[in-house]
Amino acid sequence: MIQFENVHKSFGRKKVLQGVNLEIAKGSSMVIIGGSGTGKSVMLKSVLGLITPDSGTITVDGQNATQGDRDAFLARFGMLFQGGALFDSMTVWQNVAFRLLRGSLKRPKEDAREIAIEKLRRVGLTPDVADLFPSELSGGMQKRVGLARAIAAEPEIIFFDEPTTGLDPIMSGVINDLIREIVVEMGATAMTITHDMSSVRAISDNVAMLHAGVIQWTGPVADMDASGDPYLTQFIAGSAEGPIEAVR
Amino acid sequence: MNLVLAPLNAIGRSMIGMLTSFGEVLLFVWGALSHIFRPPFYGREFLSALFNIGWLSLPVVGMTAIFTGGALALQIYDGSSRFSVESVVPQIVAIGMVRELGPVLVGLMVAARVTSSIAAEIATMKVTEQIDALVTLSTHPMKYLVAPRVLSAILVVPALVGIGDIIGIYGGFLVSTETLGFNPSTYIRNTADFLQLNDIVSSLVKGAVFGGITAVMGCYAGMHSGRGAQGVGRATKSSVQAAAVMILAANFLLTSLFFSS
Repeated sequence: MIQFENVHKSFGRKKVLQGVNLEIAKGSSMVIIGGSGTGKSVMLKSVLGLITPDSGTITVDGQNATQGDRDAFLARFGMLFQGGALFDSMTVWQNVAFRLLRGSLKRPKEDAREIAIEKLRRVGLTPDVADLFPSELSGGMQKRVGLARAIAAEPEIIFFDEPTTGLDPIMSGVINDLIREIVVEMGATAMTITHDMSSVRAISDNVAMLHAGVIQWTGPVADMDASGDPYLTQFIAGSAEGPIEAVR
Repeated sequence: MNLVLAPLNAIGRSMIGMLTSFGEVLLFVWGALSHIFRPPFYGREFLSALFNIGWLSLPVVGMTAIFTGGALALQIYDGSSRFSVESVVPQIVAIGMVRELGPVLVGLMVAARVTSSIAAEIATMKVTEQIDALVTLSTHPMKYLVAPRVLSAILVVPALVGIGDIIGIYGGFLVSTETLGFNPSTYIRNTADFLQLNDIVSSLVKGAVFGGITAVMGCYAGMHSGRGAQGVGRATKSSVQAAAVMILAANFLLTSLFFSS
């Protein structure tokens, strides 16, 4: 279980997180929604230690995210970045097998390549992609490679940062379906941040809405449309009218 | 009152900014050096940096050194002929190249070629979240990106300086023997007899220090770059400027240290 307790984070004078409390149950898929610049990515990066909260605690299965053996802690995670964040100096298979070629999970190169090709196949890419460089791939293919890299070491927890940004609706649907299938298949805990409502409905078990630095609403995805929360209702409808200011 | 205090305030603020940056660079150097000696070690990244910084810099180092050595011979000949001591050309070319021009010019050329490339590469990695991705893949960016580049620059730039010294002296030799009428064997003997071990050691030590400066400044600027294309551009520009100034300052300090007596 991932637990946020009264987490605060500011950047200069801008208060981004102002007391976030949230629980993500083990094996569940939580999607965090909210407008641009509301701190969704900050929440996600705080769990991984990429950003240090000013106060509050984040625990993963009771272990404080900022303490203990970092390598062992991070080995439990996989992450799909918004832009893919593929290493452009490496081929596709080397990107996917990055974790398997070095560190505590290191294994022979041939085995690592085989696993990478299997993971590429799992996300719908053929083995001939393995020796290409990321710059030779389309945006959708780069997302799939990023997804293959995120699952290569079979992590317990997977984070997805805006997984469908920049993709056409059909490719978005394909990526959403892949994410859902993989999360269910692996039994992983998933935390996704997005403002794409089709992703929310396809991926999530539970939804949390972040607004003004706090979790405005949280609950099962099935309850989302009938929540009665004016912030959530405005966000789902994509309306300029409502409690959320259109100009931030 | 404000008219008097405002400029002082601005100067004070920029001084504090400079000192803060200096402190941050020192901490960064300490971090980079400490990661060089602590496992895990990334041999492939080290060899790749060695190739990029050393082998690929050879053409520019060679061209710079040969033209500088030739020009130095012409200048010294012209100057010394006013006092009728033209015979000092081999000695002054040798000492000038080995003690000063070799290390400084190689350092500056490596700063132009390598510092900018390291800064741009790492800054782009930062902007595109590749550095965050490294962290999530249990790989420390200081260990994976910075330590191999700094170590390889410290090791390979002295070799480049040594090669630059030899090519520079050869440039002086070519000009002196082909156009100024020097006897080749006398020129070589005078050069070899005049150079001392201390000259060569100082040249190589300068190379190691300048190598460290070029890699550290490139890595530091890249890791601390701002967002977007402008951030990458600014990191690249500031890294080369800072490396060049630091090389010249370090050159003065090292020259004082080796030759002040």
